[in-house]
Amino acid sequence: MEIEAETHPLDKYLRTDRIPHIWCPGCGLGTVLNCFLHALEESDIDLKNLAIVSGIGCTGRVAGYLNVDSYHTTHGRAIPFATGLKLANPKLKVVVFSGDGDLFAIGGNHFIHAARRNIDMTVICVNNYNYGMTGGQLGPTTPLEAKTTTSPYGNVEHPFNLCHVAAASGAVYVARWTALHVRRLKESMKEALNKKGFTFIEVIASCPTTYGRRNKMPTGLDTMRYYKEKSVIKHGIDPSEADIEIGGDIIVGKFVDIEKPTFDEILKKLEEKIK
Amino acid sequence: MIQKLPAKKMVVTGDYAAAYGALLCDVDVVAAYPITPQTLIVEEFSNFVNDGITDAEFIMVESEHSAMSACIAAQAAGARTYTATASQGLALMHEMLFIASALRLPIVMPVVNRTVAAPIGIWCEHNDSMPQRDTGWIQMACEDNQEVLDMIIMAYKIGERKDVLLPVMPCLDAFILSHTVEPVDAPSSDEVADFIGKYEPHAMLDPDNPMAIGTFTPPEYIQELRYQNHVAMENAKKAIKEVTKEFADEFGRDYHGLIEEYKCDDAEVVLITVGTVTGTAREVVDKLRQQGKKVGLIKLRFYRPFPREELRSIAENVEAIGVYDRAISYGSGGPLFIETRNALYGMDVPVLNFLAGLGGRDVVTGDVEKMYEILMKAKDSKPDKEIYWIGTRGVSI
Repeated sequence: MEIEAETHPLDKYLRTDRIPHIWCPGCGLGTVLNCFLHALEESDIDLKNLAIVSGIGCTGRVAGYLNVDSYHTTHGRAIPFATGLKLANPKLKVVVFSGDGDLFAIGGNHFIHAARRNIDMTVICVNNYNYGMTGGQLGPTTPLEAKTTTSPYGNVEHPFNLCHVAAASGAVYVARWTALHVRRLKESMKEALNKKGFTFIEVIASCPTTYGRRNKMPTGLDTMRYYKEKSVIKHGIDPSEADIEIGGDIIVGKFVDIEKPTFDEILKKLEEKIK
Repeated sequence: MIQKLPAKKMVVTGDYAAAYGALLCDVDVVAAYPITPQTLIVEEFSNFVNDGITDAEFIMVESEHSAMSACIAAQAAGARTYTATASQGLALMHEMLFIASALRLPIVMPVVNRTVAAPIGIWCEHNDSMPQRDTGWIQMACEDNQEVLDMIIMAYKIGERKDVLLPVMPCLDAFILSHTVEPVDAPSSDEVADFIGKYEPHAMLDPDNPMAIGTFTPPEYIQELRYQNHVAMENAKKAIKEVTKEFADEFGRDYHGLIEEYKCDDAEVVLITVGTVTGTAREVVDKLRQQGKKVGLIKLRFYRPFPREELRSIAENVEAIGVYDRAISYGSGGPLFIETRNALYGMDVPVLNFLAGLGGRDVVTGDVEKMYEILMKAKDSKPDKEIYWIGTRGVSI
């Protein structure tokens, strides 16, 4: 059957003049972005009211590709920028789309404080276990013993368990999927977008060029097979039990979904009280 | 300690030359954070560590601010330290740069000059290192990869001198040097060890002899400390001249101190350049000389300390001076232009500013020819403006 169409139905979400994107063959980022576009399509979000903020790195390019109000900030500063947007215009739907190095190394402090304040925003972290754009150095999520350009004999640093960090810092929604779980990821994105408060989704994604090749997963397909073999869905599990280890199960699912007043709501209440 | 490395000829990038220079200097601690186009420097260094060529400690920290903090602490504990950065990374480090120089810790940190956002770009501009002018670091610019390697070695020797004790920032242009391969002569590790000697800290943290550094200090003392840093920077002028001379005697490559003159002796006009544009300008000078035009070139190597005396002595014999800048201080002019005009205060010679190559745009021979053309005109009649934006859309010259 031949399908005829002038444009792709999701093209409206993209700055098509910026395509083709810069991501490598086999990279998980295209899949994650595709899930996000579908989540937008299915969740009736007014694009005029949506702002996307990215930091630096491969994931940081998302802001440039989405055809909404978007800002590509400096390294680590996506969340403070997004916080400013939200405070200035509380009606805005604010989404931070960035990588593990950006959000949890140089920008780690901002993450925990935005979660602590329960700022109403969605943070999507694409975790590829290394600094992909600068050539694959070890970062805060590189699993113990994993090989990177700066740890050819294996990483000796304990990595962050991002979902545990998010939950411990106060996030009201915490989920983890891999780039293989496209349908579940999309559903999680919809839930997070429609929930008030600091919502966090970690997406474990392939980086064959700089991470996979050094860790026996030289292609995107190898990584997908690995995700298929190792992923175990455990909704509601205490995220502290979902550490990521080489060769171990990748625990995915929705870990946290609670209600808590947001920064905005508490502030508004106080303003009314002192009026 | 490092393995014995023989002298050799390499064909390497500027980033590799910077890493290899640090290896030859037997640094003890490297703390770093990746940023394009610097990353290859510390990545190459991590290879030296992982290959067992050096037993230096290498740590990937979580930001540039932490990288400089770790280097400061390691240096204060008596280690010879090294890091590298660029652009936003250097901007983030800014706070710690003051501390390194005020504590008189001779850290060496190459900066790969890259444009500072916004908008985000990765190509060459000097608006990352120029704003570090007042942090108390010795700052210089390299013309080619050989100079990068040589300068890392000289940087330790200059910085660690007892009459200086200041951190040093050798700069290299993004991609034009950092990612471009050139032949580079590397001395042997023994030769370098003899040349720079062992690092003997002037003061160090030692549990047996407790000492506090950087503590809360009242106004009764700080002004004198500021004066001492100023004196150290003035002393650095002498140190740079002596060390480049010693380096030339030892290794055969003469960098002539704070500036390098090219065909200035009988020149009517001279252009001051910085970084890689110097190579382009040399070619233009040769061409114009063939046409009988008396043009000269000054390669400005050091921004801090600034070669005031050298420039004044050249300015006495020329009729117009041009200053090339790859950065702009909005509302005033290029940083080197501002500095040059200040150095030449009271002298009767027109000083013009040429801005080109901002954001990494190529500066080609035609651009430099244009600069000399304007200078030749300025020699004969008073120019109607000082700042010229070469090759800028919508701006007429």
